[in-house]
Amino acid sequence: MAEYIKPNTEAEFKKNFKQKKPLMNDTEAYFEASRCLFCYDAPCVQACPTHIDIPLFIKQIHTDNITGASKTIFDSNWLGNACGVVCPTGVLCEGACVYNHQDVPPIQIGRLQNYATNNTIDADKVIFKVGKSNGKKIAVIGSGPAGIAFACEVRTLGYEVDVFEAKAKPSGLTVHGVATYKITNEEALKEIEYLQKQLGFHIKYNSAITTKAQLQDLEKNYEAIFLGVGLGNTRTLGIEGEDKDNVIGAVEFIEELREKQHKMKVPQKVVVLGGGNTAMDAASEAARMGAKKTVLAYRNSKEKMGAYSFEYDLAISAGVDSLFHVTPLAIVGNGKVEGVKFAKTEMVDGQLKTNMNNTFIVRCDLVIKATGQEKMGRLYDLINDLDVGRNAVIKVNETTFQTSNPKYFAGGDAINGGAEVVNAAYDGKMAAQGMHKWLMK
Amino acid sequence: MIDLSINFGGIKAPNPFWLASAPPTNSGYQLMKAFEAGWGGAVWKTLGVPVVNVSSRYGSVNYRNTRMMGFNNIELITDRPLADNLREMEEVKKYFPDHAVIASLMVESKAEWEQIIKDVENAGADGIELNFGCPHGMCERGMGSAVGQEPEVLETIVGWVKNAANIPVITKLTPNISEITDPGLAAVKGGTDSISLINTIKSIVGIDLDTYAPLPIVDGKGTNGGYCGPAVKPIAMHMIRELAQHPEISKVPISGIGGVETWRDVVEFILLGATSVQVCTAVMHYGFGIVREMEAGLRQFMEEKNYKTIYDFAGKALPNVTEWKHLNLKHKVVAEINPEKCIGCELCYISCDDGAHQAISLSDDSKIRIPSIIEENCVGCNLCALVCPVEDCITMVKRDDGTQHITWDERAQNDDIPITFDDDRAGGKGHFVPKPTDALK
Repeated sequence: MAEYIKPNTEAEFKKNFKQKKPLMNDTEAYFEASRCLFCYDAPCVQACPTHIDIPLFIKQIHTDNITGASKTIFDSNWLGNACGVVCPTGVLCEGACVYNHQDVPPIQIGRLQNYATNNTIDADKVIFKVGKSNGKKIAVIGSGPAGIAFACEVRTLGYEVDVFEAKAKPSGLTVHGVATYKITNEEALKEIEYLQKQLGFHIKYNSAITTKAQLQDLEKNYEAIFLGVGLGNTRTLGIEGEDKDNVIGAVEFIEELREKQHKMKVPQKVVVLGGGNTAMDAASEAARMGAKKTVLAYRNSKEKMGAYSFEYDLAISAGVDSLFHVTPLAIVGNGKVEGVKFAKTEMVDGQLKTNMNNTFIVRCDLVIKATGQEKMGRLYDLINDLDVGRNAVIKVNETTFQTSNPKYFAGGDAINGGAEVVNAAYDGKMAAQGMHKWLMK
Repeated sequence: MIDLSINFGGIKAPNPFWLASAPPTNSGYQLMKAFEAGWGGAVWKTLGVPVVNVSSRYGSVNYRNTRMMGFNNIELITDRPLADNLREMEEVKKYFPDHAVIASLMVESKAEWEQIIKDVENAGADGIELNFGCPHGMCERGMGSAVGQEPEVLETIVGWVKNAANIPVITKLTPNISEITDPGLAAVKGGTDSISLINTIKSIVGIDLDTYAPLPIVDGKGTNGGYCGPAVKPIAMHMIRELAQHPEISKVPISGIGGVETWRDVVEFILLGATSVQVCTAVMHYGFGIVREMEAGLRQFMEEKNYKTIYDFAGKALPNVTEWKHLNLKHKVVAEINPEKCIGCELCYISCDDGAHQAISLSDDSKIRIPSIIEENCVGCNLCALVCPVEDCITMVKRDDGTQHITWDERAQNDDIPITFDDDRAGGKGHFVPKPTDALK
């Protein structure tokens, strides 16, 4: 049973897509901050991919040094504000909080982080300093979290930076591929604007880099290039009927929904294919859009899903049904989608096998494919000597993030095949330092 | 059957919970409300010479998530006309004949004292409390703590009052003095029936970081206030103990004041020899209803310990409160960490390593966050047990067999005072001290 009524107005949309981690007020932040134990060698810091000094910024919030808290956060993570709300904190910092061992709720680190940075951004506090110009220019491809983090860091090191963005807005998946109940476009864009205003990197929008000639231009005009290109569109499944209307990729669905909000048409019955976090986001969003029946279909068991269990629970609580051990054979319907034909799968000798004798059709009006995004292989082929790994991800040096073509550095989904915003933010920062070291040799 | 009633130096009350002379006892309305709520007595806000008050009067010290851990005020004695106070006092006594209504007084000349004593006796007061304690405002006019700090003057005034009064007299002392027994003895010599303490402590609770003025701010300036609330309780307890152990002073009963908020505070005060307690800050924070918790807790304690009246255990801790020189130097405790309860915050480790005796170590395996006690270095200082956020996780375990007993006093008498550093527990002798350069490793 659907838990949500179809939103027809902006207010109704906002209600259905209520922020999962709403902004704390001053009192809430003060009280929550007071609970922090200031652990020695704090596990939360170790669990944070960017190693933010969490006990310090929490103490700073408690002593009403909000600007200082934000400095502490941004010092380690240029996307500190977005990460406060989009990070899977339950498996990172908050999951590591020692209170968990005491059956006491962990400190709400993500929300405290978001509280501090949000206040600092809204107050337009100047906290960053551009490095003394060294006359060198760097190009960045992609203004997602990796690219932005890279751009910010190299600006503090004295470089000029041009960021080339294919789309009309920055932030990458943060504004395109993350469910809106995790972060609003407004909030994500506000942070980029804040960073850009103080650090002065240039973003060229609607400027996709797709040709060899463009790359050669960049190579000629810039000292180094950072590839923060992320991933491409949703991969095709290669099944019959995939070209029908109302078959959409999850990332594209989420992006369109963020754009159109309550004006987006989501039909009554939806099938979401996939078991990752994006599948959960898409299914949860379809249900929140008032779909009468949303079915999540995954080829293996619940335990094998790539999604975090709390993301699955969130989808279920939104009214999503799930179907395990099924694989799609075809999308059926006359011109438009009428259903998905599945076959049951089973484990045989440790191998997942499709049982063609056990097939059935799930009726639906919309199929959302959350079965992974394409890699940017076509772009990589244009770059000389770029070593690309087995999974079509760029290979980089672990500490410098330099690729096999020394002029190129890379980070984010392009090197990890799809991870969190916080991982991209870390990569971008580290790559900037790696590049700086290389250029200063 | 538990009987909470008291006879405090001739003043009878249904229980030992009294309101201290302060803003909560400013009017008949407040006293009646308090008696209805369960308070056994109240010391009326000090009556005396005409005063004018300032606006902005209270300041507070908040600690972590606790408001008003410490509190100060620059309010003076009552600014309501004496006639109004006396009329209301009479009315209160009419409704509550068995509750203790005590008039706090503060005037200057002998004639004034004689007149005001007559006035409050006529109004039906059960006793008089001499305010020799206020450390702000009134002392600048030669009253309040100005008297409490001059034992001879204090003794003279107590003498005047005793000569004039037909009802019992309590002398209230200021803690703003180096030896509390000096004014205590003077009060007894002057003939006081009982003593109450402590009045507030001279204090500055904070400085505003924008205006650079002390709190509370009166048009850009401030002055020292009188400090009270939970923060002052340890000081009050020590002073109560000093009077209660004094051979002469202990002949009169003591009303304990200073930070009393819970039944535990009440029991502790009684164990140190107080036979009534006076409360102000807790009521200013939570209202008169706080007495419910005090009474219920006191009754529960008495039931469990099988006490019938508070006199059954009054002063019971005094024989155990001794001088340092009488402590057993052979007693040895060491810390023990319960690994089942430890949550791995490592505060014990860092507090011991940085703040005490380097007697706790961490595992070489960074995944193991349960610290270990280095028993040879543990001097049994308690610090780790004090900082540990988990109840009963770190306990101090007795290690001596209880057969040996030697005190400093006994060593002195045996002519065994050390002439070299021979303490078995000392760093460098009894246990290792890391090399200075180990800090840089």
